[in-house]
Amino acid sequence: MFTRFRENYIGFETIVIKEVVRVARIWVQTLVPPVIQMTLYFLIFGGLIGSQVRRIDGYTYMAFLAPGLIMMSVINNSYTNVVSSFFGAKFGRHIEELLVSPLPNYMIISGYVVGGVVRGLAVGSMVAIVALFFTHLHIAHPLITISVAVLTAILFALGGLINAIFAKKFDDVTIIPTFILTPLTYLGGVFYSIQMLPMVFSEISKVNPILYMVNAFRYGILGVSDIGIGYAYVIILLFIVALFCFSLILLHKGVGLRT
Amino acid sequence: MRDKYFGVLLLCSIRPQFPAVFAFSTMQALSIRGLTKTYRNGVVALKGIDFEVGVGEFTALLGPNGAGKTTTIGIVTSLVNKTSGKVEVFGHDIDTQIEIAKSCIGLVPQEINFNQFEKIFDIVVNQAGYYGIPRRLAKQRAEKYLKQLHLWERRDDMSRTLSGGMKRRLMIARALVHEPKLLILDEPTAGVDIEIRRSMWEFLRRINQEGITIILTTHYLEEAENLCRRVAIIDHGQIIEYGRTKDLLAKLHTETFVLNLRQPLENLPPLDGYAVTQVDDTTLEVEVSKQQNINALFELLSKDKIQVLSMRNKVNRLEELFVRLVEGKG
Ligand SMILES: Nc1ncnc2c1ncn2[C@@H]1O[C@H](COP(=O)(O)OP(=O)(O)OP(=O)(O)O)[C@@H](O)[C@H]1O
Ligand SMILES: [Mg+2]
Repeated sequence: MFTRFRENYIGFETIVIKEVVRVARIWVQTLVPPVIQMTLYFLIFGGLIGSQVRRIDGYTYMAFLAPGLIMMSVINNSYTNVVSSFFGAKFGRHIEELLVSPLPNYMIISGYVVGGVVRGLAVGSMVAIVALFFTHLHIAHPLITISVAVLTAILFALGGLINAIFAKKFDDVTIIPTFILTPLTYLGGVFYSIQMLPMVFSEISKVNPILYMVNAFRYGILGVSDIGIGYAYVIILLFIVALFCFSLILLHKGVGLRT
Repeated sequence: MRDKYFGVLLLCSIRPQFPAVFAFSTMQALSIRGLTKTYRNGVVALKGIDFEVGVGEFTALLGPNGAGKTTTIGIVTSLVNKTSGKVEVFGHDIDTQIEIAKSCIGLVPQEINFNQFEKIFDIVVNQAGYYGIPRRLAKQRAEKYLKQLHLWERRDDMSRTLSGGMKRRLMIARALVHEPKLLILDEPTAGVDIEIRRSMWEFLRRINQEGITIILTTHYLEEAENLCRRVAIIDHGQIIEYGRTKDLLAKLHTETFVLNLRQPLENLPPLDGYAVTQVDDTTLEVEVSKQQNINALFELLSKDKIQVLSMRNKVNRLEELFVRLVEGKG
């Protein structure tokens, strides 16, 4: 029993190492672009436009924006990493190396998810460092900041995995990010507080799960939030459990992997 | 029939270094019962296959394109979901003990399926990792098998820079790195030059002698005849013949002899009881059944004043058998 677990753990570790090496090897594609993009956001939205915007909850727009952009990087990169790596493995057929091995599905999922989390947090940290050039980042609740970032990264890594499982061609890898993820992120309180919205729209915003994550993370750093922190944790955890179970079922059935 | 041979076979396969073969004499390395597969597009690839491979055996799965070889192997290695039937690997049912079953198998697939952008060494080490082998040991194993397959010098190269034959060898090294009890190779020598093919055969023979059960699929009949003690012939999703290669050959009741004649033959006299075809003026092909007396044939010939210069056995008997079996039922 214990040996079995140890063997599985070695398999899991192998996937993680492979994923991290992949991110590091193609760092020009994986790490640099998001950092450049976020730096531009800081310059344009935070610096140029933000200086014309009044304070939100007592913070400058730049200080308000920073946690949102960090979170956006975490979300995008954990998702993108898994969707492209796993779909690449499907497309290049080397996913078969894992399918023929005795490694259980939950370990395969965990390995890829951790790979995504590593990239999400790596880019998030780099964006945080960039933010330090523009504003002062005082972290009000370190534990909340870190746990929300990690949990959100896990959630979107799982999302990326499911996307990759269903994807049949390269185009399918970008459909969900373009039509669902990006809109929800942009409308999820990264750039504004929902209190700035008319009543109707601020209520509609509350069905957007990303709003809760962004706000929980902002609460961790600034100590202010549009919504309750407890809600945020419940929602994130529920999503993680649901997506994990869903991906387990998909792998078990071999959807998109076995004929 | 098969059971009768089984006893003999067991005796043959006992090697002093492998008493385990004897202890688990009833356990098969692979046992397939009533296996069927209908693909989602409606193609019926397997129509109920029964097939057993004894521990320590070297078996060929022989069949034309589209016969169902890769499908069968895919099911055994859980790359393909079966429609119905039962598969056991060393007694472990793939429905209930899939992980143990998988850990017994090493697969060399028909098509290249490693990451073309990964280093050769990493491909083998990572595969060991998926099977739960600690990294240090994995690296030692990778070195051992890459050396055996003459790829060690290329270990730091990207795998896409290998030639086709080297890529196949890389897949063999990868399949062996967790030291499986059953090695399954799906057309390992397709597109490999003769020299390398022979050295691959040599290698496979050696590891079989060291105790690894081997199943390979092939279109090269010479390959099956040379390597495999047992042959299963598969066509249209059915096993149409299965047994010892030798017995299958004996099953082919007739042998074909090619006779070279001294004088050109105007018209062929009837040779009672023999199927004769005239290939050209001075060449006859005669099919002689195992029970028939070959002297009688020569008597008939000399009675008709036909002098035979030389005679040879027509080569690739298994190929003939194969064609006959496939055409007869196809
Ligand atoms: N993924 C698939 N979807 C639908 N049909 C398939 C699929 N894979 C194989 N088939 C069909 O199943 C049948 C058996 O194919 P299989 O690949 O098992 O043959 P094979 O014996 O390995 O042939 P070859 O010698 O050409 O490799 C063929 O008719 C093939 O077209
Ligand atoms: Mg095939």
